[in-house]
Amino acid sequence: MSRPPPAAIVIGASAGAVQALLTILPALPASFPLPVLVVVHVPADRDNVLVPLLQAKCRLTVKEAEDKEPISAGVVYFAPSDYHLLVETDGGLALSTDEAVNYSRPAIDVLFESAADVYGASLIGVILTGANHDGARGLRAVCDAGGVAIVQDKAEAYATAMPAAARDACPAATTMTLDAIASYLASLGVA
Amino acid sequence: MSDSIEDLEIQLLLEALHQRYHYDFRHYARASIKRRLAQARAQLGFPTISALQDRVLHDPNMLPRLLDFLTVQVSEMFRDPSYFRALRETVLPHLRTYPSLKVWIAGCSMGEEVYSLAILFREEGLYDRTIFYATDINPEALAAAEAGVYALDRIRKFTENHQKSGGKSSLSDYYTAAYGRAAFDKSLRSRVVFSDHSLVTDAVFAEMHLISCRNVMIYFDRPLQDRAIGLFRDSLTRKGFLGLGSKESLRFSAHAGAFVEFVEGEKIYQRRDP
Ligand SMILES: C[S@@+](CC[C@H](N)C(=O)[O-])C[C@H]1O[C@@H](n2cnc3c(N)ncnc32)[C@H](O)[C@@H]1O
Repeated sequence: MSRPPPAAIVIGASAGAVQALLTILPALPASFPLPVLVVVHVPADRDNVLVPLLQAKCRLTVKEAEDKEPISAGVVYFAPSDYHLLVETDGGLALSTDEAVNYSRPAIDVLFESAADVYGASLIGVILTGANHDGARGLRAVCDAGGVAIVQDKAEAYATAMPAAARDACPAATTMTLDAIASYLASLGVA
Repeated sequence: MSDSIEDLEIQLLLEALHQRYHYDFRHYARASIKRRLAQARAQLGFPTISALQDRVLHDPNMLPRLLDFLTVQVSEMFRDPSYFRALRETVLPHLRTYPSLKVWIAGCSMGEEVYSLAILFREEGLYDRTIFYATDINPEALAAAEAGVYALDRIRKFTENHQKSGGKSSLSDYYTAAYGRAAFDKSLRSRVVFSDHSLVTDAVFAEMHLISCRNVMIYFDRPLQDRAIGLFRDSLTRKGFLGLGSKESLRFSAHAGAFVEFVEGEKIYQRRDP
């Protein structure tokens, strides 16, 4: 059984996220054909400083996701602090102020589960460094829907709890270093 | 892709709620409804959404419990302090020119936003000329709003927000603490009318100078957002004000042209002259 071509990428990261994302996102070419949706845990009342930081280093457009915004290919969307980010059944983005999940809002699980629901086997889910267990259920949902599941190699992760928990929840996930993840994702842009 | 049995069951449950109880969640943002129904199913102990539907159709006592899952009661006093600061510094000077005022807090949850506005208006000397309408669809939330009692451990955050919003008094002037709870002064609700009103199914009921509807429309799909915004437009007096949640905007709305952005970045809009 072969997989449909990928349609979207979801990435979750917590402690150590900035360094990890700085390895992956700037590697994506300007013509990158997929949307990238990212949840990073940031303190609830601090504005997202990640967006300008990454925008300065990336060839793709990097922005904070807006409620009911249509999803465009080649754009990196970040969940705003204090809001969950979801993929809607009509293929747009949605934000919510529902309760925190795994003590986190935004929560990686919420993004991954809603995205797995909409994209099914066309989704690529990536869990990077982090010191908690958010994202494990979400990556499991990506696997169950037939999508591609990737976790960062514990040997190099700044914090290992999150990739380890994701790996346990989803044994079929592929373990990769940041450089390998970067070149794998970048290769998706080459027909 | 997502036309699973579960999606069908959700569709049928929402239809059943509408026909049996006139609660219309059919056009709420579906991804988040789906999450919350999955939680309801699991926590209320049903094997399937259909089993939950069967029960709620036959047992009206189940309705409030399900409503607690379907409506999200996350709030705080002076949530997003900069919004309240912008009201204080930029909107209230305009409102001050009217001899009497009407303010509508739509989707007031358990009242946190209502008491915030009441305190703001009192600090600015406008409370006594204002009538506040606080509406919601969740009867338990409305009852809690009317009671105005909050767990004491939430007060620290409320106080911090109040200060950041430019508060001119001390929050502790407005509540009495006992048994782990803070009860807000009833003089803060002497001019508040609490009532059941749905932005989905109900109509205009008064002419308002300010409508604050925060973090409610975020749960609606776009056509439903348009309905609610149309309702706000029709409820506002000439040059009346509309305040939304910090991640809500009129940008994607069919009625965007009826408003001008009044405080940039704070999602505070003013109705244009018709
Ligand atoms: C997340 S709370 C927002 C509370 C407060 N406005 C704030 O921003 O902190 C959303 C509220 O909207 C209410 N609500 C949901 N659907 C509604 C509708 N159709 N009409 C009016 N209120 C609704 C819910 O019951 C809930 O109390």
